[in-house]
Amino acid sequence: MTTNVELREPPQVSGGEHEHGHLEELRCDPIGLMQRTRAECGDVGQFRLADKEVVLLTGAEANEWFFRAPEELLDQAEAYPFMTPIFGEGVVFDAPPERRREMLHNQSLRDKFMRGHASTISDEVATMVTGWSATGTIDLLDWFAELTIYTSSACLIGPKFRRDLDQRFARLYHDLEQGTDALAYVDPYADIETFRRRDAARLGLVDLVQRIMDRRVDGPEATDEDRDLLDVLMSIRDEHGGPRFSTDMVTGMFISMMFAGHHTTSGTAAWTLIELLRHPDVLATVIDELDALYANGEEVSYQALRAMPRLESAIKEALRLHPPLILVLRVAKEELEIEGFRISPGKLVGASLAVSNRIPEDFPDADAFVPERYLEPRSEDRLNPWTWIPFGAGRHRCVGAPFAMMQLKAIFSVLLRGWEFELAQPSHTYVNDHSKMVVQLQQPCAVHYRRRSAGSEGSTA
Amino acid sequence: MRIVVDRDLCQGHGVCESEAPDVFSVSKKGVLTVIDENPAEELRPKVEQAVAFCPTKALRIEED
Repeated sequence: MTTNVELREPPQVSGGEHEHGHLEELRCDPIGLMQRTRAECGDVGQFRLADKEVVLLTGAEANEWFFRAPEELLDQAEAYPFMTPIFGEGVVFDAPPERRREMLHNQSLRDKFMRGHASTISDEVATMVTGWSATGTIDLLDWFAELTIYTSSACLIGPKFRRDLDQRFARLYHDLEQGTDALAYVDPYADIETFRRRDAARLGLVDLVQRIMDRRVDGPEATDEDRDLLDVLMSIRDEHGGPRFSTDMVTGMFISMMFAGHHTTSGTAAWTLIELLRHPDVLATVIDELDALYANGEEVSYQALRAMPRLESAIKEALRLHPPLILVLRVAKEELEIEGFRISPGKLVGASLAVSNRIPEDFPDADAFVPERYLEPRSEDRLNPWTWIPFGAGRHRCVGAPFAMMQLKAIFSVLLRGWEFELAQPSHTYVNDHSKMVVQLQQPCAVHYRRRSAGSEGSTA
Repeated sequence: MRIVVDRDLCQGHGVCESEAPDVFSVSKKGVLTVIDENPAEELRPKVEQAVAFCPTKALRIEED
């Protein structure tokens, strides 16, 4: 891209004397590592994962460059070695950039389908709380992870497939997510417990999908109304008249379709609730907003697509403080230049959502939960499109972001109008587990619930 | 007014099409076509909604 001899190598962050460089630090305190990189090196710094140098970018200028770069310069495919054993060979990252861009346009995420999804999601939440007594306790990780297995399978694959799932699918899926240890940068098939569980979980999911497929082969033909993606994939034949897609491939496709929206939405729902319970004054304004909105008797399928400034601000602030992805990565395909530094081909290039989201110049009182920062005229998310980046930005911005916001609004529309919640453990004990690339709440993370009494409800829906 | 699209940002969600179908069209593959780059003044409220609700902030209006 450039032959400028003035270019410097990015400065290296301290530490990393181990033969694997900063890998161990990334596996226990990734945010600390990335904050130190910015503090010591500025917008462009570098750390090392085994034999890979990682150029870490933070701040608006570097982030804009990163998020605008085309696949041909900054490629995703090789950046996530821990995903291939989860998705399976031949799925997602094995496809060329052009094809991947098309796959992003999953029809079911289009605007015109959102109203139907909102209705599906509110039904799923309602079903989950049907089993609740008047009071009780839930584990936030288990509960939201199970809920979002049902919502994402129903919306992305079809309600019929969702009805074939139960907790077993959610538990196996969780083992897959726990199999994202950064040790994959040394060896994605290393003989460690989490990788063994990951591989067993994937086989277990293939087995569950196979049983569902067997029942469909033996059962009645799918009707036009209930035909789902699995029926469609099963009906496609190869040139010899056999099934075009093996069960392994179908399972891999479903795993990959659900992956981006699962732990992310689940974690954000949990963190939004935790932060609201830590800030009762904010919670009160959110409940007032919901009660007022639903006073006219409209359904969740209608309201979840409408503006809910208080709830949306709380969700955005939970996302800023606890982004479900803390680091997104690419591989440099040729020599690149950023802010006077050279990025050699083959290096990993990362943008740190967790660090950029808390840059104090862009977000005053950056470590505090301040949902008002999104209200007019502060509008700190729109004012900082390259540092308010919980969904990434630019051409790679999360295509599921509008779906995710709608989903969270639908979930809280049901939960907060029907139930009251209370932290079940000291506030500071709710923390993320950063030992895997997929960040999840550390257990225990319990909350108590209690049915809202008739008097405390603004209006019944 | 003139409609400007930042093609680096557009992902083809189709919100603009929902807001102002006379001005925007998004193909099955998610490619946006601006049917009317200089829409009439009476379409301004709809176009402004499309710009405001674009999930990737890929649209803006330039005044003539």
